[in-house]
Amino acid sequence: MTRAVVRHTTGPAAVPAIDMSTRLGSVGLPSPVLTASGCAASGRELDEFFDITSIGAVVTKSIMLEPRSGRATPRMAETPSGMLNSIGLQGPGIHAFLDRDLAWLRERGARVIVSIAGGTTQEFEELARILRDHGGFDALEVNISCPNVADRGQVFACRADSAAGVIGGVRRSTDPDIPVFAKLSPDVTDLGTIALACVRAGADGLSLINTTLGMVIDVDTMRPALAGVTGGLSGPAIRPIAVRCVWQVRDVLPEIPLIGMGGIRNGSDAFEFILAGADAVSVGTVVFHDPSAPARVHAELASIAADRGFARLRDAVSYAHREADPVPEDAAGDDLSLPEWV
Amino acid sequence: MPVQVRGEVVSVRRAGQYHVLTVTAPGVPEVARPGNFATLAIGDLDSSGLLLRRAFSIHGVQSRGIYGGTIDLVIADSGPGTHWLTQRRRGDVLDIVAPLGRPFALPRDPVSCLLVGGGYGSAPLVFLAEALRERGCRVDVMLGAATEEKLFGVLEAKRIASTVTITTDDGSMGEAGLVTDSLRAAIDRAATDVVYACGPMGMLAAVADIATEAGVYSQCAVEESMACGIGVCMTCVLPVIGDDGVTRMLRSCVEGPVFRGDRVRWDDVGTIPSDTWGAPVEEGRQR
Repeated sequence: MTRAVVRHTTGPAAVPAIDMSTRLGSVGLPSPVLTASGCAASGRELDEFFDITSIGAVVTKSIMLEPRSGRATPRMAETPSGMLNSIGLQGPGIHAFLDRDLAWLRERGARVIVSIAGGTTQEFEELARILRDHGGFDALEVNISCPNVADRGQVFACRADSAAGVIGGVRRSTDPDIPVFAKLSPDVTDLGTIALACVRAGADGLSLINTTLGMVIDVDTMRPALAGVTGGLSGPAIRPIAVRCVWQVRDVLPEIPLIGMGGIRNGSDAFEFILAGADAVSVGTVVFHDPSAPARVHAELASIAADRGFARLRDAVSYAHREADPVPEDAAGDDLSLPEWV
Repeated sequence: MPVQVRGEVVSVRRAGQYHVLTVTAPGVPEVARPGNFATLAIGDLDSSGLLLRRAFSIHGVQSRGIYGGTIDLVIADSGPGTHWLTQRRRGDVLDIVAPLGRPFALPRDPVSCLLVGGGYGSAPLVFLAEALRERGCRVDVMLGAATEEKLFGVLEAKRIASTVTITTDDGSMGEAGLVTDSLRAAIDRAATDVVYACGPMGMLAAVADIATEAGVYSQCAVEESMACGIGVCMTCVLPVIGDDGVTRMLRSCVEGPVFRGDRVRWDDVGTIPSDTWGAPVEEGRQR
């Protein structure tokens, strides 16, 4: 009878000999596997299922200046290999977050990437200043997929100028030693342009991707399934879009640290992102399926990369971008003339 | 504290329109309390496109026996995920997270308790009734559903309760009408001190109102749609008034599923009341 308690997963018995450490700008992490903002709250609930200090970092749910109730329910609809959500950034506000959540994470010994969100560039800057004065975290992730109050609710991430405005402001308001990551939306015409604009504005790295906008209509009520009408689609359904985004941005920006995310279920999925150019990966929606997923993905990723002959995971970053494999020496003299019916 | 365990299906048996799943869940029976729930993964993600776990209140537990610790869950076949669960067979392995949520608060003294269940919302009530009887409480049960087929737990209730009142919308069993129609009379008759309820939101709203009006304490277990069940996704929220008089959007998975009936703003479920902590003040601005 199967009775394996999977709490505090430590992975396969034979730990593969591979260096899993990675760097995100000035910050070194022992593991490339992170939680994803909005899918892990502030780490406390997931710590009951796996040791949150064992993964690279906890990326906290986007926090705003003031307490926020979020949107009306229903906030969620299940979709094929994914889900649609419209939470509306429910949260306690930055001060309660610092006192309660960040304090707990530090005491627990977790590495922390704080995600911030705002309705104006000034709100983002104010959050960055409050966090600078407080300290006690490792990096910032800037959620620019928020409606811009000053631009009829268009999200900051959809335009290079508004995205760069927020990132520049946050960078200037943050301790220079703290890396600033811009989290980009895939719902744009040319992601490379927006990625470049964020980096030129001072982003130390980029997080790819946020959810993509979707909609479900309930055919019984014949109305939108979500109270917020549209919502963000996440889960394995969007993984190919996310891998494409990481690949495209890596092509444009060969050196910039990238955090890849979007539908990662297991080590193999995470390895795809690493090969596409991600220095680290966030495990998000799958946590709703398997609350110990981040620790499991770390173990599986280590095993897969070691099986492929990598001694250091960071050598696998962008490996899919390598030049065409050379023709093996013993095949060089082969007659490769085409058959005559071609 | 919840655990994530792999359990083996012991049996799946039909009960009216529902299925009762008995599954091993090492470590769970010893710590599960009435009102706690369990979530089950629908297959593994290599073969299943259904990402979200399904949540079920714990109907009963057995701490020992030939299978070790097992739990019973009541499943309504209401979609592809729950249908998959009803098709499990003895020996199949399921990924279980349990026990989750805040259980029913139990009285310290041997008081008179009235348990109200709607549809398969009665699933946790026998488990609850056993705990109340152990404390010397009087237990009366009222069960309601649309039809006889949609009632659950009538025989078990009769075994344990002082009185059992059955109501169906169509009169196919018991009285015709709603379970709440005779609630006030039942409270008066049994000199009820506490009402416990589990069922659809509309029923809970009516139960809470009637109990509060009668000056009786009520404990309601809500059935909200959840994505994670462990408190991280923020989808299962509803407006609840705190000890400080402030309304907050609370998560039914970790701050519930059991709430004091007089604290939930039942008429506002599905909305953000304007005086909620952090509610939008005007378009695009937050308090």
